[in-house]
Amino acid sequence: MPNTQNSGIGPWVNNMPIIEVKNLTKKFGDLTAVGNISFSVPEGKIFGFLGPNGAGKSTTIKMLTTLLTPTEGTLVLNGHNVADDPREARRSFGIVFQDPSLDEELTAYENMEIHGVLYHMKKNIRRERIAQLLDFVELWDRKDSKVKEFSGGMKRRLEIARGLLHHPKVLFLDEPTLGLDPQTRNHMWEYLRKLNETENITIFFTTHYMEEAERIADGIAVIDHGQIIASGAVEELKQQTSTNSLEEAFLKLTGRNIRDEDVSKADAMRMHHRAWRRNK
Amino acid sequence: MKIIYILWLRQLKRYLRSKSRVFGSLAQPIFFLLALGAGFGPVFSRAGAGDYIEFLVPGIISMTIIFTSMFSGMEIIWDKQFGFLKETLVAPVSRFNIMIGRTLGGATIATFQGTVVLFLSLIAGFHPMAWGLVPIAILVMFLSSLLFTALGTAIASRLDDMQGFQMIMNFLVMPIYFLSGAIFPLDRASVLGKIASLDPLSYTVDALRHLLTSVHFFSLSRDISILAVLTILFLALGSYFFSKVQI
Repeated sequence: MPNTQNSGIGPWVNNMPIIEVKNLTKKFGDLTAVGNISFSVPEGKIFGFLGPNGAGKSTTIKMLTTLLTPTEGTLVLNGHNVADDPREARRSFGIVFQDPSLDEELTAYENMEIHGVLYHMKKNIRRERIAQLLDFVELWDRKDSKVKEFSGGMKRRLEIARGLLHHPKVLFLDEPTLGLDPQTRNHMWEYLRKLNETENITIFFTTHYMEEAERIADGIAVIDHGQIIASGAVEELKQQTSTNSLEEAFLKLTGRNIRDEDVSKADAMRMHHRAWRRNK
Repeated sequence: MKIIYILWLRQLKRYLRSKSRVFGSLAQPIFFLLALGAGFGPVFSRAGAGDYIEFLVPGIISMTIIFTSMFSGMEIIWDKQFGFLKETLVAPVSRFNIMIGRTLGGATIATFQGTVVLFLSLIAGFHPMAWGLVPIAILVMFLSSLLFTALGTAIASRLDDMQGFQMIMNFLVMPIYFLSGAIFPLDRASVLGKIASLDPLSYTVDALRHLLTSVHFFSLSRDISILAVLTILFLALGSYFFSKVQI
């Protein structure tokens, strides 16, 4: 296994880092979920964070987004140390979680409205931005429908719009295209690419679809067993592993064994619920 | 303030939109009122204890309050499951404000339900002793609702599945309810009576009975001060546990 823990420094890095992770460690009892990782993401880039199930992706995202406190190490987002100044760090990012985090009993507009208030946006600015974003994700004509009437793709689009409402510098997306059909996935990446270009938003995403990551990402880090085992531009990874595609490179780096993820009780309940809904 | 308001409003909207919740949670007290009233009423008056409906209504209101409040507080488990909690936890707002907004929302709903039950009981033949005291009774309902919503929040912050919720409902809420003297008179000198004086709901029942029918055991000031102290305690406990929630 090549150890190229080079802090994400490669030819694709020209801009100032907007995310800086140094010696980040998270332990749950005896288990080290993330072990002393360091990387940085330059502003305005699209960064793919890849790894098999249980590799430490979600734990890292949770620490970056203040939902978990690191055992050790520092995280700096947009110049704000996450541990010292969580509130400013929180203002700097938007997030689309792996599982929907919308209030399904409320309408699309109401979900946006709550988000705007939670991020202290002034009423007139809030209203204007909500209209602009709902229009951008093509949900304006459904703004007064309850979210529970939405399809999976519509919910995901609404979450992206909501994550962008407060003009974040960084958008985190945890498997944003999971469970969506190829059309919707394509569409989703088009939105994100457009955003990245027009608003200079840095995008940090995880995915299991390697061809997506290969197509969209400027830079990539591969995490496994809580360690960053490779990072750099897609071409660099392919060269390092002498492979022709990111998928092959990924399999070469992480092996071909199937991983089973340990699920928490809350996750188990969520999955159970999802299975129920599918059967209905 | 705006944060508290928007989260309060969210709880209310969710409640008012769920017709099954509105009617379902009112059906239970009405069944209790009718079934117990018709069933025990004759025995109660034959035993020389007076009109059972007069006795029962403050107890049924208290039942509505504790069930609705605990349920609202424990809605956090739902929000953990459906993910909305994460949305509030990553926002640049203090967890204390989030907890207060949610708790006030839950308490408002429970007070509303308690008030509706009070008015519905008029049809069953209940007469408040003095209409002027009804607003004070509603304030007692609100205080108790805050207390139990905060308790529900504290407990739900420590749980992450529905099974835990059922356990709490069966092993905490039911005993609190039955021990409070809501549906049968307690002999305050007995062991059961002594245990009942440790039960927060006893003071809700006693205060409401006092204000609505003039029958009481403790003084009103004692009822209200105990409820107020416990409310502050549970709010502190609830916000502490809520501040420790990790997803």
